[in-house]
Amino acid sequence: MEGGDALRRNISKRKAVNFIMLSLSTLTALYGLIWLFWILADVIVNGLRFVSPDLFLNDPAPPGVEGGGLRHAFVGHFIITALATLIGVPIGIGAGLFFAEYGRHSKLAGYLRSVTDVIVSFPSIVVGTLVYAILVKPVGHFMGIAGSVALALLMIPVIAITTDEILRLVPNSLREAGYALGAYRWQVVKDITLPAAKRGILTGVILGIARIAGETAPLLFTSFNSNFLTFNPFEAMASLTVTIFQYAMGPYKEWHGQAWAAAFILTAGTLLFFITAKAIVHGMRRYG
Amino acid sequence: MKRLVLAGVMSTLCLAFGEVINGAGASFPYPLYSRWAHAYYKETGIRINYQSIGSGGGVRQIRNRTVDFGASDAPLKPSEAKKYNLAQFPTVIGGVVLSYNLPVKDLKLSTSAVCGIFLGKIKRWNHPEIKKANPDKDLPDTRITVIRRSDGSGTTWIFTNYLSKACPEWKEKVGYGKAVNWPTGIGAKGNEGVANYIRRVKGAIGYVEFAYAIENDLKVASVENREGNFVKPSVETFKAAASGAKWDPSKDFYEILTWQPGKNAYPIAGATFILLAKDYPKERNRKVIRFFDWAFRKGDKMALDLHYVPLPEEVKEKIRAYWRANGWY
Amino acid sequence: MERKRIVERLSVVFLGSFALFVGMVFPLLTLGVLLIEAIPAFEKFGLIGFLFGRTWDPVREVFGALPALFGTLLVTFLASAIALPVSVGIAVFIAEICPRRLKPLFSTAVELLGAIPSIIYGMWGLFVIAPLMAEYVEPFLQNTFGRIPLFGRLFEGVPTGVDALTSSFVLSIMIIPFMSAVVKDAFEMTPPLLKEAGYSLGATKWEVIRHVVIPYALPGIMGGLILSLGRALGETMAVAFLTGNVHRIPTSLLEPLTTITVAIANEFTEAVSDVYLSSLYYLALILFVLSFGLLLVAKFLILERLGRRWRAATL
Repeated sequence: MEGGDALRRNISKRKAVNFIMLSLSTLTALYGLIWLFWILADVIVNGLRFVSPDLFLNDPAPPGVEGGGLRHAFVGHFIITALATLIGVPIGIGAGLFFAEYGRHSKLAGYLRSVTDVIVSFPSIVVGTLVYAILVKPVGHFMGIAGSVALALLMIPVIAITTDEILRLVPNSLREAGYALGAYRWQVVKDITLPAAKRGILTGVILGIARIAGETAPLLFTSFNSNFLTFNPFEAMASLTVTIFQYAMGPYKEWHGQAWAAAFILTAGTLLFFITAKAIVHGMRRYG
Repeated sequence: MKRLVLAGVMSTLCLAFGEVINGAGASFPYPLYSRWAHAYYKETGIRINYQSIGSGGGVRQIRNRTVDFGASDAPLKPSEAKKYNLAQFPTVIGGVVLSYNLPVKDLKLSTSAVCGIFLGKIKRWNHPEIKKANPDKDLPDTRITVIRRSDGSGTTWIFTNYLSKACPEWKEKVGYGKAVNWPTGIGAKGNEGVANYIRRVKGAIGYVEFAYAIENDLKVASVENREGNFVKPSVETFKAAASGAKWDPSKDFYEILTWQPGKNAYPIAGATFILLAKDYPKERNRKVIRFFDWAFRKGDKMALDLHYVPLPEEVKEKIRAYWRANGWY
Repeated sequence: MERKRIVERLSVVFLGSFALFVGMVFPLLTLGVLLIEAIPAFEKFGLIGFLFGRTWDPVREVFGALPALFGTLLVTFLASAIALPVSVGIAVFIAEICPRRLKPLFSTAVELLGAIPSIIYGMWGLFVIAPLMAEYVEPFLQNTFGRIPLFGRLFEGVPTGVDALTSSFVLSIMIIPFMSAVVKDAFEMTPPLLKEAGYSLGATKWEVIRHVVIPYALPGIMGGLILSLGRALGETMAVAFLTGNVHRIPTSLLEPLTTITVAIANEFTEAVSDVYLSSLYYLALILFVLSFGLLLVAKFLILERLGRRWRAATL
């Protein structure tokens, strides 16, 4: 039957096209994975080679002198990130709370939220120039806390949006139960909504921290850099990311080795945060 | 008033957390300053936090009063120093060398070769102009990649100053300064960045402070000087270049050491300078002076180890008198 | 009773001020500061003069934004062009082809790629990719595509590995996670009913994807593309080592260039004169307007149609 042949040919052609296109897309997925593994492999292999106790216990030595470490950068990075978190998380969660609970029916709040959503993807270096102009120049020198402010400014929109979205997932019936009992809105938020959304908000915070911990550009002209260990946030402070930048750009082999080691620690830390957040979300999906 | 309170709080906190002196600027002397700072810290516990961000950055930061001292290889003219209310004095003398990435040792570069390369006219290593000075070397047909600075650099200032004196065409087309409109080349940040790229790119040539070439096993070329001799960069040839310098304190020690006469003079030598804000409280500048005075007394050997030329003793005394006149010594 | 009412009022004001800060004060403050700092440069060069000025000369204090602007646009668009087919492919794979049990694995793997800090990309790009490009890839491209007349002009120059091609390539890897996540979520928004209608008519998987899912998800894909563009525009560290820092419009993919972000990062602390620093702020202002504009377009024109679910997962 002619019709049957034509039909069969048509089907085989379409099947072939299907197979080719789906294989192509599988190949692209593999392409993406290859890069992931390549980068991680390079970071792990090169990083482990140069990780040593010296790295954590010593401050940097001048180029050409043995035994330098990155203690100042680890401590500095921790302090800057911690301060940024302290500043950014409350404001971020507060703003998110407002968007979800207080401003749900307000047009103004809607606009504010939309703008916040846009700022999430803001160029981080512009925030650095902003903080330089309003904080570093008037005060007169670079400060670790200026870096924290810049990082906090980057963190706040991210946390605000995730908090808002998590809160919106809390079923209204829970809230209405509270209102039915005569509670004020702040009581409903404090005692019902927030506890229900606790895990999701935590996830958002962890992801926010992971993201700013990897930032370099906003620190370049705010916390700047230092060759010494300091606990004083009102001084210029070293950070892992800026140090990697400085060392990778330099010619000294010891610097390159330390840059790989710092990159390894930084990546491991960031990925750890990330996986923790995912685990919490996963736990959420299974139990609540 | 607010600034005063802020400064008060800050200085109390500073005292609580240990003494740090912040400086920023030229990458030219960075290998030396970091050694000095390391030794000074071991001896006194005072930390000199010097950031190598380029001479341009050093001038900017001290002008903005965001650091305790600035460092620049491009000296400020007395009029500029007055305008920004800055004091200036030299610390060491060094040389800018031409470093290259080729399997050829002891390359000799004539003045016209250097001019041609950096103007972008000589594009390959086996160009007749380069071959002329290196008849016995096997120069490959590789393309020349010029590496120069992308940031505001005193090293650039010294190098382009030399080019402006040695090549009339360069003077006309480009001029000299901490950052210029380069006719060719890839830009790198700091002496560190230039040295880094020279190492990575085959056929690259760039200008760096001598210590960077030595510390990174980079090949260094001999350059033709004003008398027509090919001189190798070394402490002796740098010293020869500085032999005619006047170091006048009334001109804030303004001195240019490029293209100097003398058969053994290296043509691309330069001094590096420290800039202090005259309107800082005296004690703030005294702390900085103490460090450099220490370096003058105890740091010569470290300087020579890194192939920098320490200043002659008479010049050091002139500098001390300058400090005294400003009330810092 | 009274106390509770006061707390209620206070909480509205308190939280509201946070929201106001994030949604209005912060962006307006940024815009304001950038504008004020850019005034000296604006007075000297004007708008058209600066935007189209080709010279960036710190000695003569003449600054033009065109090379940096061109570099930003070139690297961003090239990176996105490379990343788009890959991202769509990955999204198709995860959403349609991948066995259900392996989905979270692949999904997480791609997201991990996005969680790696950008400075690591930059460093890895300089230490690993640039030498490979210089030694193998670029000479190869020069010997093959470089021989084609006209098109071959794109591959002229010295293969140093520090150029437009390497920068765009490394940046493209960086934006794949974000782009593919957005596209994937757009795909997953397609009602299963529509897809099953297609299958029931005998369509192959690919045909359903091409004729049902993609058209349905097109607004989401477009929005995601523009969003990724907006993000890539502001990227600094991934390309800071790889551009070559030259304020010149490249005539070939193998030439060095600069972008607005890289110029600011490298020159900010060293801008010697007031006009220089002001010109850098002027550049930052242009970047602000560009990315804000792009992101607004993505959001309001297109993504309003899409659900919000994906944003929580794709940071």
